[in-house]
Amino acid sequence: MDIYVILKQTFDTEEKIIVEDGTISEDGVQYVINPYDEYAVEEAIQKREELGGNVYVIAVGPERTSEALRTALAMGADEAVLISDERIGSDENTISKVLAAYFEGQKVDFILGGYFSVDNGAGQVAIRLAQLLDIPHVGSITKLDISNDKALADRDAEGDLEQVEVTLPAVFNAQQGLNEPRYPSLPGIMKAKRKPLQQLTLDDLDIEESELIPKTARKDLFLPPQKEAGQILKGETAEQVKELVEKLQHDAKVL
Amino acid sequence: MSRTILVVAEHRGGALRQVTYESLHAATLSSTENDQLHVAVIGHSLDNLTESLSSINAEKIYLIDHPDLQQYNPEAYLTAVIQVIDASNPDGIILGHTAIGRDLAPMISAKIDAGQISDVTNIENIDEQVVYTRPIYAGKAFEKKVFQSTPWVVTIRPNNIAGADSSGDKAEMEHIEYAKPASLRTVIKDVVQNTSGKVDLSEAKIVVSGGRGVKSADGFKPLQELADVLGGAVGASRGACDADYCDYSLQIGQTGKVVTPEIYIACGISGAIQHVAGMSQSKIIVAINKDPEAPIFKIADYGIVGDLFEVVPLLTEEFKKVLG
Repeated sequence: MDIYVILKQTFDTEEKIIVEDGTISEDGVQYVINPYDEYAVEEAIQKREELGGNVYVIAVGPERTSEALRTALAMGADEAVLISDERIGSDENTISKVLAAYFEGQKVDFILGGYFSVDNGAGQVAIRLAQLLDIPHVGSITKLDISNDKALADRDAEGDLEQVEVTLPAVFNAQQGLNEPRYPSLPGIMKAKRKPLQQLTLDDLDIEESELIPKTARKDLFLPPQKEAGQILKGETAEQVKELVEKLQHDAKVL
Repeated sequence: MSRTILVVAEHRGGALRQVTYESLHAATLSSTENDQLHVAVIGHSLDNLTESLSSINAEKIYLIDHPDLQQYNPEAYLTAVIQVIDASNPDGIILGHTAIGRDLAPMISAKIDAGQISDVTNIENIDEQVVYTRPIYAGKAFEKKVFQSTPWVVTIRPNNIAGADSSGDKAEMEHIEYAKPASLRTVIKDVVQNTSGKVDLSEAKIVVSGGRGVKSADGFKPLQELADVLGGAVGASRGACDADYCDYSLQIGQTGKVVTPEIYIACGISGAIQHVAGMSQSKIIVAINKDPEAPIFKIADYGIVGDLFEVVPLLTEEFKKVLG
């Protein structure tokens, strides 16, 4: 099986966001594999262990993304590819077209990605990619079974569960609960250093310049107003509860 | 010049979902005076919707009614939406950022080569330009975005944009026959309805949420009772999910769901940054925690320092009394 993972490197979710000169400061920030993509990497490795084959991890992003790819290799992926080029930008349409250009001509059994990235959170790229490659996708999966040229996946739909069967090749987006991602082992980290990590630019891909023109643009970036600490209620618990209910009835229209 | 904006409606149990009224309002906010508003309604047994649809403020409603569209199937729905797009020829398309919308919208965008702005929480017109606000880093920051080309696609987050009033004249209805594809690569084998939570977490007006302090799966029972009395939904922190006290589908935070209810009641939740990102935009935050130093109190409007297993049942009783 040729199993692919599309991966993004993101801020650790415990990071605070600091805006400087209209952009988000990257000073001293800890980076991780986007948590949803980590489930995708784990699932890909488990499926290779079950079915045989190779796991390829593909990322579009700045040079630092190679750290995240090394981590995926240390977890057990076989090969990694980083497509890094300043002309790419952050528009989801462009990124999906760059990925589609990469996948053109690759033999693919299935592609795993995260449900969304915890930074931008748009949740577009993997689904757009499936459309561009003209293959089916299942979004937000919590279970995946592969047999021959078919896959059976559980899709989490706002708490409801859909059992979806698709023919391969297909794209699957990992939701929480799909698996427990492993930590890279020490031998895994050592091995990862020798595994192939190929770096590509747009010049290596067959893509028109016109595809790179972003269809959306950011006009402004701001932090939400800081919520001020309110009131800690005092007195006996029963009195506090009574006071709280009165306050909520006064403040909130829904009650 | 008049443009057309198409809203893809969502419906459940014979009624339009609230997010569809919000999408209709979003369409008005995205348009100028002479623009046309169209609505796509896809599904089966749509006759039930006649009453809701008759009050919509739109120029035209396209309906595609077919047994194969009873359940959401990405490929089947895409086929149907593209049929409506071919008939309506819209400049912009608006959907809810819901289980269906967030799946379907990027398919549409790729298919018609459109830019997309996802998960929009506010729409303004600044200097003749429509500007869309959306959270990034799960609400730790916000960005304002604009489109640089047409067609465009927007998904809006439920509960953030006011719903359109339903006082419209009768819109023109047009039925389109579903162009059933010869074969689909996607088959929905089964749908298991979630029976535990009655109110959808992302649309709930009141959320009662539990953290590690809930201590066990059973510990969520008093929270569920409170949520039931308030007509709300139960959520959880990552700590509670990781400890297997509840299902990941309840998780609120930067990983998990982002919620913006009227009232958020955090029980036994310390208030880690990653959780706060998912709930800090709630209108009123109540924190119940044994530890007076818990960071959650820094963002709470009202705090009770105490044992949640004592406080929550008392709160349920008190609400029962005052709400009748």
